[in-house]
Amino acid sequence: MTTRATSIGWGVTGVLAVVVAWELYKYLGPAEGVTVGDTGDAGSGQIILPRTHDRAMPHVWSMIVRLFEPTSGGDSPALIVSVAAAAAVTLGIAVVGWLIGVLVGFGLSLVMQRWRLLEWGLLPWIVVSQTVPLIALAPVINAIGNQIDRSGTPWPQWLSVAVIASYLAFFPVAVGALRGLQSPDRIHLDLMRTYGSGYWPTLVRLRLPAAVPHLLPALRLAAANAVLGVVVAEVSIGMRGGLGRMLIQLAGQGSSDPAAPWGPIFGAVVLGLIAAGSVALIGVGLKDYRRGEATS
Amino acid sequence: MTSALPAAVKATGVDKVFTGSRGEVTALAGVDLEVAAGEFVSLIGPSGCGKSTLLRLIADLETSTGGTLEIFGKSASQARQDQDYGIAFQQAGLLPWRTVRDNIGLPLQLHGQDKRTRAARVDELTALVGLDEFVDHHPDQLSGGMQQRVAIARALASQPRLLLMDEPFGALDEMTREYLQSELTRIAAETQAAVVFVTHSIPEAVFLSDRVVVMSPRPGRITDIIDVSLAGERDEALRESPAYFERVTAVREALHGTHVDRPNER
Amino acid sequence: MTPVEPRALPRWARYVAPIAVGVIGLGLWMLYTSVLGAAPRMLPDPVSILQELIARWDIIWADMLVTGTNALIGLLVGSAVAIALAALAARSRAVDGMAAPLVAALAVVPIVAITPVLNTMFGASSQFGRQAVAGLAAFIPVFVNVLRGLRQTRAVHRDVFRASGATSDQTFRFLTFPTALPYLTTGLRLASSLAVISALVAEYFGGPAEGIGTAIATYAKSGRADLAWAYVAGGIIIGLAFFLVASLLERLASRRSSA
Repeated sequence: MTTRATSIGWGVTGVLAVVVAWELYKYLGPAEGVTVGDTGDAGSGQIILPRTHDRAMPHVWSMIVRLFEPTSGGDSPALIVSVAAAAAVTLGIAVVGWLIGVLVGFGLSLVMQRWRLLEWGLLPWIVVSQTVPLIALAPVINAIGNQIDRSGTPWPQWLSVAVIASYLAFFPVAVGALRGLQSPDRIHLDLMRTYGSGYWPTLVRLRLPAAVPHLLPALRLAAANAVLGVVVAEVSIGMRGGLGRMLIQLAGQGSSDPAAPWGPIFGAVVLGLIAAGSVALIGVGLKDYRRGEATS
Repeated sequence: MTSALPAAVKATGVDKVFTGSRGEVTALAGVDLEVAAGEFVSLIGPSGCGKSTLLRLIADLETSTGGTLEIFGKSASQARQDQDYGIAFQQAGLLPWRTVRDNIGLPLQLHGQDKRTRAARVDELTALVGLDEFVDHHPDQLSGGMQQRVAIARALASQPRLLLMDEPFGALDEMTREYLQSELTRIAAETQAAVVFVTHSIPEAVFLSDRVVVMSPRPGRITDIIDVSLAGERDEALRESPAYFERVTAVREALHGTHVDRPNER
Repeated sequence: MTPVEPRALPRWARYVAPIAVGVIGLGLWMLYTSVLGAAPRMLPDPVSILQELIARWDIIWADMLVTGTNALIGLLVGSAVAIALAALAARSRAVDGMAAPLVAALAVVPIVAITPVLNTMFGASSQFGRQAVAGLAAFIPVFVNVLRGLRQTRAVHRDVFRASGATSDQTFRFLTFPTALPYLTTGLRLASSLAVISALVAEYFGGPAEGIGTAIATYAKSGRADLAWAYVAGGIIIGLAFFLVASLLERLASRRSSA
């Protein structure tokens, strides 16, 4: 067996192990979970193990079967179709957010590499901005967007969502690209200097190619972050049409239809994988620039 | 050679075959070698001749695939457990988070010696390698040569009767190298330990050794053993003496002789 | 000309530059809001945000405690599980093979999406769903970094330990663990930020009506801009606190890891 086939085999085993663990706990665990410190009043005590009845933990096969049943009864389309439609909306916004984030992040990295003073001034703020939950601003940004829209300049809601997603996407690109642009060895820079090569030729012939191994993981992370940002923003500002809102809606009916929320959850998982996978495809085309890359 | 003591190293028909993804590679074939107690023996040869592999077999860092190997009459594995040898590599291999003192004391600590015994032994060793002033420094504060001296002190910590050295001076500049060679001959004489020394420098091998073992690759084997037997002290004057140059030439011819024998090389 | 050498900038510029950027940013913000008065109503000026933060500190602090506790529990439990699993993966090919693709997938998937389901499993009044999401988010960087760290022992060091006849326990205590320590603290630093952000974001996905995130969403919807922003500031304070403590740990651990 080739190493690739082996690792895929292990991966499938891993997924199966998770499924088995889920079903095993569902079979063995108490129906109402385990609560410590229950005083007899409703809602007292701290629940430490989850409930296992079908409304809380549906069987894995129920989740899958549910995908092919109508979304909301009657002759509405199958859940999987609705999920795919919602995922397409979410993905579209995520792509816009990703593009904005990549452009801003890359632009920032270029000016920070060119002018050391800007790096010193901006980088600490960029780093700190990622350690604090600025995504909490999502509802506020939406409210601002609504005001701008009302005041005459068109500002559709999805644009607010894309802006929030781009904020999550720009950081890895800015930091990764800066590190990449600064990565050429001293001797290579000296060599370019002896050729009398100016800023732009050095950038195009040396710094950009050298940045590729740093840039690719950054772009992948940015894609995953953009998807996350869109899902979160959809939920926090209640935008319709995408996966996030659909998830909340179906979860609201969870007690009567417990397997339904898993549809959009699977959708979000697939979306994250698609986003990261598409960026990995970019890397395949650039493989000559990744020869020195340490495998990780 | 008859001696009251068992030989420091006794290899009889030792083979080593590595099995990798691209089939089998014979690193050593039929190696016979005996190193007497207190003797200084160098292994020399081009890359791939198996000199490092032989050293690693003696140290029980690898296991031979054929033949027998005895260290002071025991198996290599037993000799390792009993700390009969100390070892130094081309890289000093010091732990960066430990001071010089704690690096030298590491083997003693691993064998459960108490702090006071360790401190006393470390003081002796730092004096021996001339690093008394640096015991509380960290490795990153030392030069390459000083790091290598710490590694040698560490190899000597458990008072081994055999010292194994795998190109310990290979990464150093010529000046430092010559200085450490002189130091090593002095230390070897003081500790009475046998030394097996891997190198690819002919002058180094001749300067240090009682005997030089010449090896050749594909498959790795011993092609010649040259008795250096330079009388007297190894000092700087020796490096200029005619006897020394004569031995250097002898080793060089032994090395190149194996080259000429191979038909596809001019 | 090519500035191959960075032009000689005075050392103090390194510290003054970020402060200057901060002051300029603040100035522009105030200019836009207070002086020009052109800003949307949802973007208040920094001074009134600060006043609101001080005036309502009691209720903001109470919600900060809820979100902060969720993040902390998630961080601690998630990291502990990650360390244990990484240790297993470092020893067992099977665990590594199963965990590696799962963790790689988990890293690119919006984990918060499972919050509603967790809330059903543990009951809507439980904070557990949020803690679990924070824990999962923290798990990933700790697992990845610890596993990498456990594999960083250099061949020459392993040889030294084997040649010294060290037992496998001793090799772990004196070599593998100290080598992995800086990687662990790096993982913890990344995880600390992720735990805070995830705990907060998970609040948007339902559950009890306490916490910074719920408050921001509520007040943003009802148009109380100052209070919503003051809550955002509360979230920032939690994030900074986690980040600073974790960075300090990292600094301590990586002192001698070079060379």
